[in-house]
Amino acid sequence: MAVGLTHYLVVAAILFTLGVLGIFINRKNVIVIMMSIELILLAVNINLVAFSTHLNDITGQVFALLVLTVAAAEAAIGLAILVVYFRNRGTIAVDDINMMKG
Amino acid sequence: MSAVAAFFYLFSAVAVASAFMVVVSRNPVYSVLFLILAFVNAAGLFLLMGAEFLAMILVVVYVGAVAVLFLFVVMMLDVDFAELRQGFINYLPVGAMVGIALLVELILVVGTWTLSPELIRAPAAGAATAPTISNTEAIGQVLYTRYIYFFQAAGLILLVAMIGAIVLTLRERTGVKRQDISAQVARTKATAMEVRKVASGAGLEG
Repeated sequence: MAVGLTHYLVVAAILFTLGVLGIFINRKNVIVIMMSIELILLAVNINLVAFSTHLNDITGQVFALLVLTVAAAEAAIGLAILVVYFRNRGTIAVDDINMMKG
Repeated sequence: MSAVAAFFYLFSAVAVASAFMVVVSRNPVYSVLFLILAFVNAAGLFLLMGAEFLAMILVVVYVGAVAVLFLFVVMMLDVDFAELRQGFINYLPVGAMVGIALLVELILVVGTWTLSPELIRAPAAGAATAPTISNTEAIGQVLYTRYIYFFQAAGLILLVAMIGAIVLTLRERTGVKRQDISAQVARTKATAMEVRKVASGAGLEG
Protein backbone atom coordinates (compact mmCIF):
# COMPACT_ATOMS: atom_id res chain seq x y z
CA MET A 1 0.00 0.00 0.00
CA ALA A 2 1.53 3.25 -1.13
CA VAL A 3 1.99 5.97 1.46
CA GLY A 4 -0.38 8.77 0.60
CA LEU A 5 -1.67 12.00 2.01
CA THR A 6 -4.08 10.24 4.35
CA HIS A 7 -1.28 8.39 6.12
CA TYR A 8 0.48 11.61 7.00
CA LEU A 9 -2.76 13.23 8.09
CA VAL A 10 -3.47 10.32 10.42
CA VAL A 11 0.01 10.57 11.97
CA ALA A 12 -0.50 14.32 12.43
CA ALA A 13 -3.92 13.69 13.99
CA ILE A 14 -2.43 11.21 16.46
CA LEU A 15 0.36 13.62 17.41
CA PHE A 16 -2.16 16.43 17.84
CA THR A 17 -4.30 14.25 20.09
CA LEU A 18 -1.29 13.26 22.17
CA GLY A 19 -0.47 16.94 22.61
CA VAL A 20 -3.98 17.72 23.81
CA LEU A 21 -3.88 14.68 26.10
CA GLY A 22 -0.60 15.97 27.53
CA ILE A 23 -2.19 19.29 28.39
CA PHE A 24 -5.03 17.50 30.14
CA ILE A 25 -3.07 15.02 32.21
CA ASN A 26 -0.14 17.24 33.17
CA ARG A 27 -2.20 20.09 34.49
CA LYS A 28 0.28 21.09 37.16
CA ASN A 29 3.51 21.01 35.22
CA VAL A 30 3.94 24.05 32.97
CA ILE A 31 7.04 22.65 31.31
CA VAL A 32 5.30 19.51 30.08
CA ILE A 33 2.32 21.62 28.98
CA MET A 34 4.67 23.71 26.84
CA MET A 35 6.19 20.55 25.38
CA SER A 36 2.67 19.40 24.53
CA ILE A 37 2.08 22.69 22.74
CA GLU A 38 5.24 22.05 20.74
CA LEU A 39 3.86 18.63 19.79
CA ILE A 40 0.60 20.22 18.63
CA LEU A 41 2.51 22.72 16.49
CA LEU A 42 4.56 19.86 15.05
CA ALA A 43 1.35 18.08 14.05
CA VAL A 44 0.18 21.29 12.36
CA ASN A 45 3.47 21.46 10.48
CA ILE A 46 3.14 17.87 9.29
CA ASN A 47 -0.33 18.70 7.99
CA LEU A 48 0.91 21.78 6.16
CA VAL A 49 3.82 19.96 4.54
CA ALA A 50 1.68 16.95 3.61
CA PHE A 51 -0.82 19.15 1.83
CA SER A 52 1.97 21.15 0.25
CA THR A 53 3.42 17.98 -1.24
CA HIS A 54 0.06 16.60 -2.24
CA LEU A 55 -1.10 19.77 -3.97
CA ASN A 56 2.30 20.41 -5.50
CA ASP A 57 2.28 23.91 -4.01
CA ILE A 58 5.30 25.23 -2.14
CA THR A 59 3.24 27.77 -0.15
CA GLY A 60 2.43 25.20 2.52
CA GLN A 61 6.09 24.77 3.30
CA VAL A 62 6.60 28.53 3.58
CA PHE A 63 3.77 28.64 6.08
CA ALA A 64 5.25 25.70 7.97
CA LEU A 65 8.45 27.72 8.22
CA LEU A 66 6.52 30.65 9.70
CA VAL A 67 4.77 28.35 12.18
CA LEU A 68 8.18 27.06 13.17
CA THR A 69 9.38 30.62 13.80
CA VAL A 70 6.42 31.48 15.96
CA ALA A 71 6.79 28.21 17.88
CA ALA A 72 10.43 28.97 18.63
CA ALA A 73 9.57 32.51 19.79
CA GLU A 74 6.74 31.18 21.92
CA ALA A 75 8.97 28.60 23.58
CA ALA A 76 11.63 31.21 24.34
CA ILE A 77 9.18 33.71 25.86
CA GLY A 78 7.29 31.03 27.74
CA LEU A 79 10.40 29.62 29.31
CA ALA A 80 11.62 33.12 30.19
CA ILE A 81 8.32 33.82 31.96
CA LEU A 82 8.64 30.48 33.72
CA VAL A 83 12.15 31.30 34.96
CA VAL A 84 11.02 34.70 36.27
CA TYR A 85 8.00 33.11 37.91
CA PHE A 86 10.13 30.48 39.58
CA ARG A 87 12.51 33.18 40.83
CA ASN A 88 9.64 35.08 42.42
CA ARG A 89 7.58 32.24 43.83
CA GLY A 90 9.89 29.26 44.13
CA THR A 91 7.42 26.96 42.40
CA ILE A 92 6.01 26.39 38.95
CA ALA A 93 2.78 24.64 39.89
CA VAL A 94 -0.05 25.92 37.73
CA ASP A 95 -2.43 25.93 40.69
CA ASP A 96 -0.34 28.57 42.43
CA ILE A 97 -0.52 31.02 39.53
CA ASN A 98 -3.33 33.10 40.96
CA MET A 99 -1.71 36.33 42.09
CA MET A 100 -3.83 38.40 39.71
CA LYS A 101 -7.05 36.89 40.94
CA GLY A 102 -8.98 39.63 42.76
CA MET B 1 6.31 -3.09 1.00
CA SER B 2 8.47 -0.47 -0.59
CA ALA B 3 11.33 1.22 1.21
CA VAL B 4 9.37 4.48 1.41
CA ALA B 5 6.48 2.74 3.12
CA ALA B 6 8.81 0.91 5.48
CA PHE B 7 10.53 4.15 6.48
CA PHE B 8 7.19 5.91 6.80
CA TYR B 9 5.94 3.33 9.26
CA LEU B 10 9.25 3.34 11.14
CA PHE B 11 9.39 7.13 11.49
CA SER B 12 5.73 7.55 12.34
CA ALA B 13 5.73 4.70 14.86
CA VAL B 14 8.77 6.08 16.69
CA ALA B 15 7.40 9.63 16.51
CA VAL B 16 4.04 8.63 17.97
CA ALA B 17 5.60 6.42 20.64
CA SER B 18 8.02 9.12 21.75
CA ALA B 19 5.25 11.74 21.72
CA PHE B 20 3.31 9.45 24.05
CA MET B 21 6.35 9.15 26.29
CA VAL B 22 6.71 12.95 26.37
CA VAL B 23 3.23 13.14 27.81
CA VAL B 24 3.38 10.34 30.36
CA SER B 25 7.04 10.39 31.38
CA ARG B 26 7.73 10.81 35.08
CA ASN B 27 10.84 12.89 34.74
CA PRO B 28 10.66 16.06 32.60
CA VAL B 29 14.25 15.51 31.50
CA TYR B 30 13.14 12.28 29.86
CA SER B 31 10.21 14.20 28.39
CA VAL B 32 12.61 16.62 26.72
CA LEU B 33 14.74 13.81 25.37
CA PHE B 34 11.68 12.03 23.96
CA LEU B 35 10.58 15.35 22.48
CA ILE B 36 13.92 15.49 20.65
CA LEU B 37 13.36 11.94 19.38
CA ALA B 38 9.86 12.87 18.18
CA PHE B 39 11.20 15.89 16.32
CA VAL B 40 14.00 13.92 14.66
CA ASN B 41 11.48 11.35 13.43
CA ALA B 42 9.16 14.10 12.24
CA ALA B 43 12.12 15.46 10.28
CA GLY B 44 12.41 11.99 8.74
CA LEU B 45 8.75 12.17 7.75
CA PHE B 46 9.39 15.58 6.17
CA LEU B 47 12.25 14.07 4.18
CA LEU B 48 9.94 11.32 2.93
CA MET B 49 7.47 14.00 1.85
CA GLY B 50 10.18 15.75 -0.11
CA ALA B 51 10.51 18.80 2.14
CA GLU B 52 14.23 18.50 2.71
CA PHE B 53 14.76 22.12 3.71
CA LEU B 54 12.10 22.04 6.40
CA ALA B 55 13.41 18.71 7.67
CA MET B 56 16.85 20.18 8.23
CA ILE B 57 15.38 23.37 9.72
CA LEU B 58 13.37 21.21 12.09
CA VAL B 59 16.50 19.45 13.26
CA VAL B 60 18.47 22.68 13.62
CA VAL B 61 15.78 24.83 15.21
CA TYR B 62 13.97 22.31 17.36
CA VAL B 63 16.63 19.83 18.33
CA GLY B 64 19.42 22.38 18.36
CA ALA B 65 17.68 25.32 19.99
CA VAL B 66 14.24 24.77 21.44
CA ALA B 67 14.84 21.35 22.97
CA VAL B 68 18.14 22.48 24.47
CA LEU B 69 16.34 25.52 25.87
CA PHE B 70 13.80 23.22 27.49
CA LEU B 71 16.58 21.05 28.84
CA PHE B 72 18.33 24.09 30.35
CA VAL B 73 15.19 25.29 32.06
CA VAL B 74 14.21 21.85 33.35
CA MET B 75 17.63 21.33 34.84
CA MET B 76 18.04 24.90 36.10
CA LEU B 77 14.80 25.05 38.06
CA ASP B 78 15.00 23.25 41.34
CA VAL B 79 11.47 21.89 41.29
CA ASP B 80 10.05 18.85 42.97
CA PHE B 81 8.56 17.23 39.91
CA ALA B 82 7.07 14.35 41.87
CA GLU B 83 4.83 16.85 43.62
CA LEU B 84 3.73 18.28 40.29
CA ARG B 85 2.57 14.82 39.24
CA GLN B 86 -0.01 14.68 42.00
CA GLY B 87 -3.41 14.18 40.44
CA PHE B 88 -1.98 12.63 37.30
CA ILE B 89 -4.27 9.64 37.74
CA ASN B 90 -7.26 11.86 38.52
CA TYR B 91 -6.90 13.77 35.28
CA LEU B 92 -6.21 10.63 33.24
CA PRO B 93 -9.84 9.51 32.62
CA VAL B 94 -11.13 12.89 31.47
CA GLY B 95 -7.97 13.49 29.47
CA ALA B 96 -8.23 10.11 27.78
CA MET B 97 -11.90 10.70 27.03
CA VAL B 98 -11.26 14.08 25.44
CA GLY B 99 -8.28 12.65 23.58
CA ILE B 100 -10.19 9.69 22.17
CA ALA B 101 -13.11 11.91 21.16
CA LEU B 102 -10.73 14.32 19.42
CA LEU B 103 -8.87 11.49 17.68
CA VAL B 104 -12.10 9.91 16.42
CA GLU B 105 -13.27 13.27 15.13
CA LEU B 106 -9.99 13.99 13.40
CA ILE B 107 -9.85 10.55 11.80
CA LEU B 108 -13.44 10.91 10.62
CA VAL B 109 -12.45 14.21 9.04
CA VAL B 110 -9.33 12.75 7.46
CA GLY B 111 -11.21 9.71 6.17
CA THR B 112 -14.13 11.50 4.57
CA TRP B 113 -12.91 14.77 3.10
CA THR B 114 -12.61 15.16 -0.63
CA LEU B 115 -10.56 17.57 -2.66
CA SER B 116 -11.80 19.47 -5.65
CA PRO B 117 -9.82 18.16 -8.62
CA GLU B 118 -9.10 21.66 -9.90
CA LEU B 119 -7.15 22.40 -6.74
CA ILE B 120 -4.48 19.87 -7.56
CA ARG B 121 -1.99 21.67 -9.69
CA ALA B 122 -1.27 19.61 -12.70
CA PRO B 123 2.39 18.66 -12.67
CA ALA B 124 2.37 19.65 -16.33
CA ALA B 125 2.26 23.30 -15.30
CA GLY B 126 5.65 23.09 -13.67
CA ALA B 127 6.88 19.83 -15.12
CA ALA B 128 9.63 21.46 -17.09
CA THR B 129 11.06 23.26 -14.06
CA ALA B 130 9.92 21.25 -11.05
CA PRO B 131 12.39 18.37 -11.12
CA THR B 132 15.36 20.58 -11.94
CA ILE B 133 15.19 22.88 -8.92
CA SER B 134 15.66 21.60 -5.43
CA ASN B 135 13.21 22.02 -2.60
CA THR B 136 15.39 24.67 -0.97
CA GLU B 137 15.57 26.64 -4.21
CA ALA B 138 11.81 26.41 -4.66
CA ILE B 139 11.22 27.79 -1.16
CA GLY B 140 13.76 30.52 -1.68
CA GLN B 141 12.15 31.60 -4.93
CA VAL B 142 8.85 32.38 -3.23
CA LEU B 143 10.01 33.20 0.30
CA TYR B 144 12.01 36.25 -0.75
CA THR B 145 9.59 37.49 -3.39
CA ARG B 146 5.93 36.70 -2.81
CA TYR B 147 6.22 36.19 0.94
CA ILE B 148 8.85 38.79 1.72
CA TYR B 149 6.59 40.62 4.18
CA PHE B 150 5.83 37.39 6.00
CA PHE B 151 9.52 36.68 6.13
CA GLN B 152 10.25 40.14 7.57
CA ALA B 153 7.44 39.75 10.09
CA ALA B 154 8.89 36.41 11.18
CA GLY B 155 12.24 38.08 11.73
CA LEU B 156 10.56 40.86 13.71
CA ILE B 157 8.78 38.28 15.87
CA LEU B 158 12.06 36.60 16.63
CA LEU B 159 13.66 39.94 17.49
CA VAL B 160 10.82 40.85 19.84
CA ALA B 161 10.98 37.39 21.42
CA MET B 162 14.71 37.75 21.95
CA ILE B 163 14.41 41.20 23.51
CA GLY B 164 11.48 40.06 25.62
CA ALA B 165 13.30 37.02 26.94
CA ILE B 166 16.37 39.07 27.80
CA VAL B 167 14.35 41.82 29.50
CA LEU B 168 12.37 39.26 31.49
CA THR B 169 15.28 37.25 32.77
CA LEU B 170 17.92 39.92 33.24
CA ARG B 171 18.16 40.98 36.84
CA GLU B 172 20.18 43.65 38.56
CA ARG B 173 21.87 42.00 41.48
CA THR B 174 23.00 44.23 44.30
CA GLY B 175 25.90 43.47 46.55
CA VAL B 176 27.89 41.70 43.86
CA LYS B 177 31.45 42.73 43.13
CA ARG B 178 31.85 43.60 39.51
CA GLN B 179 34.67 44.89 37.39
CA ASP B 180 34.52 48.62 36.77
CA ILE B 181 37.50 49.22 34.61
CA SER B 182 37.53 53.03 34.55
CA ALA B 183 37.18 53.23 38.32
CA GLN B 184 39.87 50.63 38.82
CA VAL B 185 42.29 52.33 36.49
CA ALA B 186 41.57 55.76 38.00
CA ARG B 187 42.72 54.69 41.44
CA THR B 188 45.56 56.76 42.82
CA LYS B 189 47.74 56.30 45.79
CA ALA B 190 45.71 58.92 47.64
CA THR B 191 42.41 57.10 47.22
CA ALA B 192 43.74 53.61 47.66
CA MET B 193 45.83 53.91 50.79
CA GLU B 194 45.26 55.27 54.22
CA VAL B 195 47.91 55.60 56.85
CA ARG B 196 46.77 55.41 60.43
CA LYS B 197 48.41 55.72 63.72
CA VAL B 198 47.47 52.72 65.81
CA ALA B 199 47.78 53.01 69.53
CA SER B 200 49.57 50.08 71.05
CA GLY B 201 47.07 47.42 72.28
CA ALA B 202 44.01 49.36 71.07
CA GLY B 203 43.49 47.62 67.79
CA LEU B 204 41.92 49.08 64.70
CA GLU B 205 38.20 49.54 64.41
CA GLY B 206 36.21 50.08 61.24
